Amino acid sequence: MTAVETPAETIDYHARLRSGRGVLRMSEVEAAQHGDKLADENDETMLMNMGPQHPSTHGVLRLMLELRGEQVMRSKPILGYLHTGMEKTAEDLTYLQGPTNVTRMDYASPLFNELVFSMAVEELLGIEVPERAQWIRMLMCELNRMSSHLLFQATNGMDIGAVSVMIYGWRDREEMLRLFEKITGLRMNHNYIRPGGVAADLPDGWRDDLLRIFDTLPEHLEDLDTLLTGQPIWRERLQGVGMISTQEALDLGATGPILRSTGYAWDLRRELPYLRYDQVDFDVVVGTFGDCFDRYAIRLNEIRESMKIVYQILEKLPKGDYKALDRKVTPPPRARIDESMEALIHHFKIYTEGFKVPEGEVYVAVESPRGELGCYLVSDGTSKPYRMHIRGPSFVNLQCLPHMMADSLIADTVAIISSVDPIMGEVDR
Amino acid sequence: MAPPLPKALLDDGLAGLQHNVLTGQLENLVQWARARSLWPATFGLACCAIEMMAAGGAHYDLSRFGMEVFRASPRQADLMIVAGRVSQKMAPVLRQIYDQMMEPKWVLSMGVCASSGGMFNNYAIVQGVDQVVPVDVYAPGCPPGPETLLHAIITIHEKITSGEILQRRSEGAGPLVIEQRDGQTERGVRIGTAR
Amino acid sequence: MTDAAIEEVPAEPAPPEEAFGALVTWSRGQRVLHPTRETYLATVEALRDAGFIMCVDVCAVDYLLAKHGRALPVGIEAERFEVVANFINPAERSRIRTRVQVPESDPTCPSLWPLHAGTEGPEREAFDLFGITFDGHPDMTRILMPENWQGHPLRKDYAMGRIPVQFKGAPSS
Repeated sequence: MTAVETPAETIDYHARLRSGRGVLRMSEVEAAQHGDKLADENDETMLMNMGPQHPSTHGVLRLMLELRGEQVMRSKPILGYLHTGMEKTAEDLTYLQGPTNVTRMDYASPLFNELVFSMAVEELLGIEVPERAQWIRMLMCELNRMSSHLLFQATNGMDIGAVSVMIYGWRDREEMLRLFEKITGLRMNHNYIRPGGVAADLPDGWRDDLLRIFDTLPEHLEDLDTLLTGQPIWRERLQGVGMISTQEALDLGATGPILRSTGYAWDLRRELPYLRYDQVDFDVVVGTFGDCFDRYAIRLNEIRESMKIVYQILEKLPKGDYKALDRKVTPPPRARIDESMEALIHHFKIYTEGFKVPEGEVYVAVESPRGELGCYLVSDGTSKPYRMHIRGPSFVNLQCLPHMMADSLIADTVAIISSVDPIMGEVDR
Repeated sequence: MAPPLPKALLDDGLAGLQHNVLTGQLENLVQWARARSLWPATFGLACCAIEMMAAGGAHYDLSRFGMEVFRASPRQADLMIVAGRVSQKMAPVLRQIYDQMMEPKWVLSMGVCASSGGMFNNYAIVQGVDQVVPVDVYAPGCPPGPETLLHAIITIHEKITSGEILQRRSEGAGPLVIEQRDGQTERGVRIGTAR
Repeated sequence: MTDAAIEEVPAEPAPPEEAFGALVTWSRGQRVLHPTRETYLATVEALRDAGFIMCVDVCAVDYLLAKHGRALPVGIEAERFEVVANFINPAERSRIRTRVQVPESDPTCPSLWPLHAGTEGPEREAFDLFGITFDGHPDMTRILMPENWQGHPLRKDYAMGRIPVQFKGAPSS
């Protein structure tokens, strides 16, 4: 907090982003040499390594920090410690196997990855997904958004030192995961949303289970409010920390809660609706200052907005098929295989060589809990993608880190990393 | 208020304890102590790390096993739970952390990616963390649920209580070789230091 | 929205559509610009001035093994690599995509960093995985693979790197 602050309007953000302020560009070799040569006596800066094995870098993010005393001058996020080669693997899997691969990218919100991949394939195929499948997808994605934001609350609390909040976050997330397990068969990495629809219809009793969670969830969210939102220590740790302006966020391509925290209401569900988001009513939560507190508050309130959406889905969920009836794309029901030779052939073809997708290229994006999750898919007419690229929101959002951290204290770095909420699986892919 | 001391103890001092002493082998005592407070190092990599954290939450409660203290410093940890896929870039880091851990130490490979590379048999992923460090227990699953992790932990407890106490675990670790695989050369290009 | 967009696809013999100084094609109702490497920056700048202020993504594609020709407008010659960038116009709520052909003999392409700072990471990724150098980029280094890695893994002539599955301790009868 400097005494005289420059008014925000007078800062040329375009130039500042490119001035090298806060951004450290140094290779490993240079960093090693930097340590060897003794700096001159007046040089009080120090290079420090943080991660990749660090309790609060959300997995395997590594940061190279240039410090002057306690102050972070410049920083560089170093990625790739979880590079899995998924885009290469995707070229070797059929379109039906594809969701198995992409679901392991953003493991906190796996259903969104499946959704965006399936939507890209459907766009290339030009098939219509039945109404009920669209609504089931929306339902699952909103539940996943809630569980992902609950995970954020847990880890954010733990990073900043409110360790009991971690238990609070896990308590509700666990209930959510049990519901997922009932519906999809797995707690994580579901492979539930597939090209053409969803893997299975909702099981008996899902509505009761869901409502049972929703009975207690608002109360539990208020617990978080009591424990965190109003607490002076919590506010001191987060308010005014890691500020970013709208212009910077737009220039850096940041999306999701980071962009919204600057007061810019950009939510793909509202602006470029997909699925049936144009038929539900919800608010886009925005912040004002673009600081860590706004990002925390946005995520907390998005859980409540998602609840609102889910209640509307419960009312509007139509009856019908849960996957497209195009037998060239979706496997036939198990019972049909016994009585129909044709069904057996379709089943065999789909699971051995897969279905062929017409040539073309397409970019599809959805609003994941972290921002715009995009899929660029190129097909060459065979049953495997020619190129599959996932635009991970965490990857792009991470570029904000050096700008947010510039001139902040080293104690705040953890709060800033946590507020970006990067999932390294999606960053490195 | 503290319970009153037994009369024998009051009368005869420690000599009054003679019928209450348990005897046993030192080995058993050491094994028991090691198994009952096995502190894990936080080594979360990918999806499995989330399930590992879930196991620490209220529903599954790792503190029942004296394991709720996830240590950030490898110097203070006894057990490394490798939770997730290990990339070629991460492997040297993983090995360094393993080397920093104090004896006795154990490694739990959590999930198929850590155990065998899983579904990612490609240039980027080490096909099994046992190529980098010696592994004691493999937990299957993608990701393994907390129950599977608990079972793996109980298995490792059994292993500790039935194993030797003087064995140095790191002797099983071979040299660290990271192979660059592009399928064009017969053998991978070696990166990193072989020791 | 999609239906309306499809109707705008010109009939076969129509003159080539042009916008922002580049030829336009439509792919599944999405507008695609095809600037050359020389006009790339000018096109993106024109896009930015027209309201496409967010560059959400930059990625590359290697068309080495593509069996068929790609749908490219007349006058654009297909090359091995393609750099694909996606833009959003928040005011009009629309998207646009640019595809630039990059030859194998000279895998370089102008960097969008001076116009959109957020392309720094994606362009480094494209360099790392495809070996395309971006001119004017402030830090053209590997981002995902180790710094001393050889080759560019997502190129089509770089094999998957699969190794046969070994079963340790299995009885070898």
